[in-house]
Amino acid sequence: MSEAVAAEIQTTHIIDLARTGHRLDGRGIDEWRPVTVEPGFVKSADGSAMVHIGDTAVLCGVKLEIGKPFPDTPNAGVLTTNAELIALSSPTFEPGPPQPEAIELSRVVDRSIRAAETIDLTKLCVSPSEKCWTCYVDIHCLDHSGNLIDAAQLAALGALTHSTVPAKRFEVGEHDYPLEVSHFPIECTFVRLGDKIVADPTFEEETAGQGRLTVATDETGHLVAMQKGKVGAFSPDEIIETVERAFRHGDRLRNIVRGA
Amino acid sequence: MGNGHGPRHRGRDRGERPPRSEPKVLVLPGDEIPHRGLQPGFGTYRVGKRVFASVMGYVTWREPFVRIVPFAGRYVPKPHDVIVGIVQDVQKTFYLLDIDASRWAPLHTSGTPWEPGPGELDQYLRIGDAVLVAVENLDATGKIGVTMKGEDLGKLTGGTILTISPAKIPRVIGKGGSMIHTITHLTGTRVAVGQNGRIWVEGTPGGIQRVRDVLRIIEEEGQRPGLTERIEGYLQMTGPTDETGPQAPGDPSADRTEPHRTNEPPPLSFPEQGGGSSRIQIPEQETDEGEEPWET
Repeated sequence: MSEAVAAEIQTTHIIDLARTGHRLDGRGIDEWRPVTVEPGFVKSADGSAMVHIGDTAVLCGVKLEIGKPFPDTPNAGVLTTNAELIALSSPTFEPGPPQPEAIELSRVVDRSIRAAETIDLTKLCVSPSEKCWTCYVDIHCLDHSGNLIDAAQLAALGALTHSTVPAKRFEVGEHDYPLEVSHFPIECTFVRLGDKIVADPTFEEETAGQGRLTVATDETGHLVAMQKGKVGAFSPDEIIETVERAFRHGDRLRNIVRGA
Repeated sequence: MGNGHGPRHRGRDRGERPPRSEPKVLVLPGDEIPHRGLQPGFGTYRVGKRVFASVMGYVTWREPFVRIVPFAGRYVPKPHDVIVGIVQDVQKTFYLLDIDASRWAPLHTSGTPWEPGPGELDQYLRIGDAVLVAVENLDATGKIGVTMKGEDLGKLTGGTILTISPAKIPRVIGKGGSMIHTITHLTGTRVAVGQNGRIWVEGTPGGIQRVRDVLRIIEEEGQRPGLTERIEGYLQMTGPTDETGPQAPGDPSADRTEPHRTNEPPPLSFPEQGGGSSRIQIPEQETDEGEEPWET
């Protein structure tokens, strides 16, 4: 069923467990599920990455094409992020036009990449006001077992890091060259369960969650983006602590992406 | 204390079961099945006079049906199934339950022990409440009527709901209830098994965690023989001193070794067949089919 309500006794159980520092799958409050990043997953794309976080699977593809710069940014290329929550990946997703969840996902991922200046868009300009590279970042959710935002953002970063600019194919250069990535932002999502704030929430924990906070950090120690979701509140102290945790996880995950 | 599901079921089942020595037959969707003059049952379809499989599983021939015990698949309601539903909507005269089937099932006030006036239904059940109900009727349009009238049926309070593939439910119950008895006995939990793959469990957090572990083992290894013995061994090995699961603070773990505390009602999983006022009967095949195809 599309919007089936979870049983209250289940969400109560999850919150009761969290209160004693435990989680359904036996993880600790700040523990992540196993993360894998496989770049170059789709051979026909200019860049791609498959990301698994536990049972969650997200595939991202990057396509670079020659287009026209926007009139207000004549010296910059174009970056477009799109997310597809295909109905096969979760009983809660339906086919049809993008639902708010998909729009939020693509925008939150886009914001971390844009705000961290992951890609220097001025370098994607071929000739001002006339020709520039348009970079499409397409995110496909293949299996939804929670924490889609982090998986999608990891996939997007992994795909961009291993992308090739097809200059030869579009006859704007002699050779294809790797897409230059300047920064490596990582998003970490947390969910409040009672008085605890858990990292890398599963689908059940997201459902039971009383407030969701996504924090994007980059390798220079900058906090580049944040997104608050679901109904619930965080105190200033909790937010500061959560940001510190996001930096810690960010460093670890960044190594996974860069080492992939 | 009526803890009387195990042995009685087992004895009766043994008595009525014809000896079974023929080899098990594995079929894939589209395979033709020799129907031996029986009617096509679950997981089969008929073309002319021939019968074919529509799911993967083992074939069983038992009067009056030839049917397939599937390896996997979503829940398909059958009359008299006891299932766990979650209230999704409260209407003027009925509740709508999510039963993890193809559609939501209406629970009419006539099927409840209460007599609320129009608009008073949310005094008894609210959205998000879990209930143990039985499938009462299925009509040709696919509507699933459920009732809460019957022994042990009603609202589920406390505990939590665990899930497993509905195809594995016979294995969770075991032959004559042997598996579920082993599980509740060794984890000190109370359990209500829904045929739709939802299992209500009440007990200590550690006990619930161990039931969850056991269900995962059944899900992954349910096709192998000797499952009950291995689960029993697993639970005894990990034992009541096992602290992998979370435990309520200050709760003595010794408690969990007690099969059923004397002031506790018996497990809800087996409304006695034909027992007194009970309108709900668990079909025999559901309680005993457990390990049978692997017996020989």
